[in-house]
Amino acid sequence: MKLPSLREVATEARLLLIGIPVFLWTMIPIYHMFLFAISPKEDAFSGKLWPDHPTLHNFEIVFKQQHYFLRDFYIQFWNSTLIAAAVGVLTLFVATAAAFSISRLKVPGGRMVLNLALFTYFIPAAFLAVPMYRTMGNYGLLNNHWALILAMVTIASPYAIWVLKQASDKLPVELDEAAVMDGATTLQIFRLVYLPLMMPSLVAIGTYAVLLAWNEYLYAFLLLSNDREITLPVALGNFLAADDSPWELLMTTGFIYALPPAAVYYAFRRYMVGGLTAGAVKS
Amino acid sequence: MAITLSGDQSIPAPPLSSRLTPAQIWGIVLLAPYLLVFLAFVVYPVCYGLWLARAPSNYVALYNDPIFARAAVNTLIFLVIGINIKMLIALFLSGFFAQQRSWIKWLSVIFILPWAVPSIPTILSVRFMLNPEWGVINHLIFSFTGDDGPNWLNDPTVALTMAIGVHIWKSLPFWTLILITGRLAISHDLFEAAEVDGASWWQKFRFITWPSMQTLYVTCTLLSMIWTLGDFNSVYLLTGGGPADLTHVLSTLGIRYLRLDQLSLAMASIVCAMPFVLPLVYFMMKRLSR
Repeated sequence: MKLPSLREVATEARLLLIGIPVFLWTMIPIYHMFLFAISPKEDAFSGKLWPDHPTLHNFEIVFKQQHYFLRDFYIQFWNSTLIAAAVGVLTLFVATAAAFSISRLKVPGGRMVLNLALFTYFIPAAFLAVPMYRTMGNYGLLNNHWALILAMVTIASPYAIWVLKQASDKLPVELDEAAVMDGATTLQIFRLVYLPLMMPSLVAIGTYAVLLAWNEYLYAFLLLSNDREITLPVALGNFLAADDSPWELLMTTGFIYALPPAAVYYAFRRYMVGGLTAGAVKS
Repeated sequence: MAITLSGDQSIPAPPLSSRLTPAQIWGIVLLAPYLLVFLAFVVYPVCYGLWLARAPSNYVALYNDPIFARAAVNTLIFLVIGINIKMLIALFLSGFFAQQRSWIKWLSVIFILPWAVPSIPTILSVRFMLNPEWGVINHLIFSFTGDDGPNWLNDPTVALTMAIGVHIWKSLPFWTLILITGRLAISHDLFEAAEVDGASWWQKFRFITWPSMQTLYVTCTLLSMIWTLGDFNSVYLLTGGGPADLTHVLSTLGIRYLRLDQLSLAMASIVCAMPFVLPLVYFMMKRLSR
């Protein structure tokens, strides 16, 4: 074993000089949230970098719903879960059907629909939110979970269709031909040939839609307002309504809320990175 | 990497041609759910919104509203300065993360966290850090210097800078990741040849990395600008548009008008942004469907 040369040490030191600030920059807001979650109120508000008496008491308050702001915690958690799941399922249904139709069945006008979808993808979601709010009012869906579910499906499906269409194009046409030879109907091809082959992309898109819906704040707070209908992020925003907000409980709830998407993201990271970069990287 | 969207219409799939009608019927049936969603939740709202914003008086009102002018300027600062700084950092960090070290691999896993966690709790966490009385930053300033720290979010310039910082914190990992894939696609032989010729790191970047990445970099920058126009959370949750409505951007301003029940003004403010958004969108679509 040879000792590292001076040049190698210098390179390593330079890399560390970048790596350490990057680590701190990334972790500080997250650590601060975690710190609040394990701190009693007086420690949290005194600017300590580690509490004198770390405690799980905040989590106990949240899980027992022992605070005014938390009295509907479970139902809000459930709302978030239900809406995210519904958006995932519906987006997969809408986008897979459309991608199959455009890519495999070559439906006339498919290219135009794809371009329209792509156009929607580029319209900033906050701009669409204003007319969407009014539209949901006209449809009589305000304060109904369906409003948020349908709005999120609208936002998630353009990208989903686009990625799934790209993935379908890569499947060999011969598969369909062979299935037709064997007398398979279109629906059988869809179910028995197409869906199994598309599984990796479907996992990526399903995850994308679920995370998008779980993380959504703007649409959720516009479309839902009743305390028992809102999702967790809206409930977190509502903490700010009071001047003396219990920030340690806000951060604890936020921490609990942030865990599932982080876990899902890391579990499906391989699919996510592949699927998402395929969409955004087009040089 | 480029998968063309065009060119597949000219060749009809031969096996389907014998049973064209059922396949086409199925094609229309399967496309119908998306078309319904598109008509009901994109076409109708957009047309209805444009109809609401039709009166010229709305635009006069907007023109006379100093908050609108301020929001337009803030949006420009956010896009022109904020996004370019973010993309330059992302370009730099993509080079850092492309280094083959096990600790850099681990760091890249951690680095993704801001993008993987929802933005609401983390932005609120930053908001409390900046709290002038109880926030950890001013506590630290006090314990080191004995002076009170600044009232961060009470100064419009500082508050907007912080909002841009939060935006960068949240979306930097995503763009860095994209640029890393671009960087890793460059043939390694080029760098080895440059090494042999004794090229400096700047020469390697200038003559190898940048020429192969510039298209990707420009695409990413434009895409990030379009999406940032819709970044509601960074501003709304950190500053709420304050102090005195001086840190609004167009996405929060539309929602502000909406909350004040001035829907036609909200729509008009969005219509005003369209001359800037649509060329970007057109350019992006051209690029992606090439």
